[in-house]
Amino acid sequence: MDSDFKNGCDSVRGSILSKVLKGLGLAVLNVIVIWSALFLISHQSYVILALLLLGALIVNIVFILPGGYPFRYLLPATFFMFLLVVYPIVYTVYISLTNYGTGNILSKEQVIAQFEEKFVIDRDAESYAFEAYINDQGELAFLFTRPDGELLLGHKSTIDSVSLDDPKLEFLDDYILLEKRDLVRMTNELSAIGFDCGDGKQLRMRNVNSFAIYERQYVYEPNTDELVDLQTGIVYKPSNGYFQAADGTRLTPGFRTVIGLSNFRKLFTNRQITGPFARVFLWTVQWALLSVATTFAVGLFLAILLNDPYLRFRKAYRSLLILPYAIPAFISALIWRGLFNTEVGVINQILQATINSSVPWLQDPFWAKIALVILNLWLGFPYMMIICLGALQSIGSEMYEAAVVDGASSWQQFRYITIPLLMVSVAPLLVASFSFNFNNFSVIYLLTRGRPPIPGAQTPAGYTDILISYTYRLAFESGRGVDYGLASAVTLIIFLITGTITFFNFRFTGALEDVNKNV
Amino acid sequence: MYRRHTFFGALWRHGILLVFLVFALFPIFWVISASFNPANTLVGQSLIPKVVSLDNYRELFTNQQHPIALWIKNSVIVSLITSALVVTMTSLAAYAFSRFRFKGRRTGLFISLLVQVFPQMLAAVAVYLLILNIGKLFPALGINTHAGLIMVYLGGAMGVNAWLMKGYFDTIPTSLEESAMIDGATPFQAFYMIILPLARPILAVVFLLQFIGTYSEFILASVLITSSSKYTLAVGLQLFIHDQYANRWGVFAAASVLGALPIVILFMFLQKYLVSGLTHGAVKG
Repeated sequence: MDSDFKNGCDSVRGSILSKVLKGLGLAVLNVIVIWSALFLISHQSYVILALLLLGALIVNIVFILPGGYPFRYLLPATFFMFLLVVYPIVYTVYISLTNYGTGNILSKEQVIAQFEEKFVIDRDAESYAFEAYINDQGELAFLFTRPDGELLLGHKSTIDSVSLDDPKLEFLDDYILLEKRDLVRMTNELSAIGFDCGDGKQLRMRNVNSFAIYERQYVYEPNTDELVDLQTGIVYKPSNGYFQAADGTRLTPGFRTVIGLSNFRKLFTNRQITGPFARVFLWTVQWALLSVATTFAVGLFLAILLNDPYLRFRKAYRSLLILPYAIPAFISALIWRGLFNTEVGVINQILQATINSSVPWLQDPFWAKIALVILNLWLGFPYMMIICLGALQSIGSEMYEAAVVDGASSWQQFRYITIPLLMVSVAPLLVASFSFNFNNFSVIYLLTRGRPPIPGAQTPAGYTDILISYTYRLAFESGRGVDYGLASAVTLIIFLITGTITFFNFRFTGALEDVNKNV
Repeated sequence: MYRRHTFFGALWRHGILLVFLVFALFPIFWVISASFNPANTLVGQSLIPKVVSLDNYRELFTNQQHPIALWIKNSVIVSLITSALVVTMTSLAAYAFSRFRFKGRRTGLFISLLVQVFPQMLAAVAVYLLILNIGKLFPALGINTHAGLIMVYLGGAMGVNAWLMKGYFDTIPTSLEESAMIDGATPFQAFYMIILPLARPILAVVFLLQFIGTYSEFILASVLITSSSKYTLAVGLQLFIHDQYANRWGVFAAASVLGALPIVILFMFLQKYLVSGLTHGAVKG
């Protein structure tokens, strides 16, 4: 077999036409790559540039080296896997080691630039009255009057001393004077303007009536990596993502920086985070176990009933019971959210009519969990029913005939023949179903959004949050700001857990063995 | 293990099955009934509507602010293209894993399985920045394009899909390809003309699972698609209903019925392949 495939590969290599096509294809690809590379260099996207060049190198190797033939088949799928799964994983690992989040969003350079653009004004600084002019292109010009009467022209970021009949002012004929209300409207634009007057001082707008001399508040010393407050002389050094003074005072905003394993440590030592995290983790495991147990129990029970050759209408029952599986889960979850609605939902209407009481389905922690399990049972039992039916049908009848001869009861047949043989084929699927439900974001998010919230938690955590929805809210939805660093750390923990389960599932069930042993 | 039923034996069996039928079908009937009920509210709805109208369905096509029919169309297009491309790429990869012997074959298959367990949606920031930058290079693949979104979904072409397909390819005897190659066919021709037609059931299963998965995905879609006219149904529908069950229930029900239809139809057509495919080890995604 192997040698035949080798011969096949040789014949590929032998064909002149395929060689020419291959060469042409590679040439076109490389031209596109080089063009893209130039573009990326001009945009300074070096990470993507590196990925692109690496990808192009691999493609060339695979098509030029003789041993690369099988890899041609793997290239397309592998390319997208690396770009859209592996690269995000690497990025997540990096972010988990940083303090990226609200308050530490910008890079250090951006934060320094922000501080260097901060100006302060002396309380007794003199005011410069001003007139602002604008031309058709939106360019601005200013005439300032110092308290001592000196006239200054401010234009294109320079200021000059002028007199009223100065020829320098002739260009203003093309400009129109801005009214007070225009000044108010343009406050943001105007306050960004500063005219340098030496010594780090700038003439900047104070209010709509006047400008004044401002002094730079901070200056950054690149050699010592310090930020100095020019007013007070206090020196701030970078520490843990903030510029920090000797007495521990921090300047905000902070910057994004690598902080090592702090995020992981926080999860296990910071009590306000550990409590909710442990609670969420426990419920995640309970949820996954409950989901598998309930869907499997119902699915298996129905499969046994439906596998009965003496049962009438079994085909009809089967096709109808499968229906929930054919409806997209996000639609089902939103529908059930309506059914569970405490005030107007039909479930409470029925309860009201029959036992004259209603249940706070989505408000009470316990009932919210029950609602989730019911919804997931509805979504999941058809799947379990299908796979159990498949497995039951593959158990030969000889086994049962032999058992009957030996005098085994129905229960004994079920316990000692059906269950063990069923488990051989179904157990790996149950494990896979466990890890699927461990990360079953959409059901939780669409039905309860993790609510009701756990009171007093520092991170946004709810009673029905599972790890993945907790992390999602940590990263994207918190009202108190987002924490990408911490969220990435939890993401990696989720990955580790489900990865381990998958590893053992495939390892011990021999799923990776080749089905066809003669290959 | 099974015996002919007594009267009571048949009674309790059908009794139990009917209970589960009610459980399985009640929400579906309830929503279908609501979709034809012009009242458009959860309050006081009855199982059989007193007045039947198509107002709610008309609303799906005429409401400018919530173009739900358009969202369904977007979802179908994105899912169709994604699934077709995934099936193509996955079958190529699975063929290599099944038929060629090369260094790193088992490790490669295993790593691709492991990597797919990573919750891609939680790395939405990385994916967003990546698509943003790719969009600078190729605007057609950038943020707020369906092509960019489809590209993100193609990351799933490896993993469980490839493993499922490889398992199926392994069960196809190699003798057919061998004789084709003796007649001068290349491995690719053998793959294309012999393996693919024989593997139709598993192609159908992977297509169906990928279609359902793509159709239902809403986190990455909501991050990458920013304009309402390009939403997929999974993004748009939950924004539409967002806790307004009391006054949007009817239109929502109509949207649910119409939105579930593409999957139900696909499901009916491919159902016969599903049992064998699922027992090979897939979980609804």
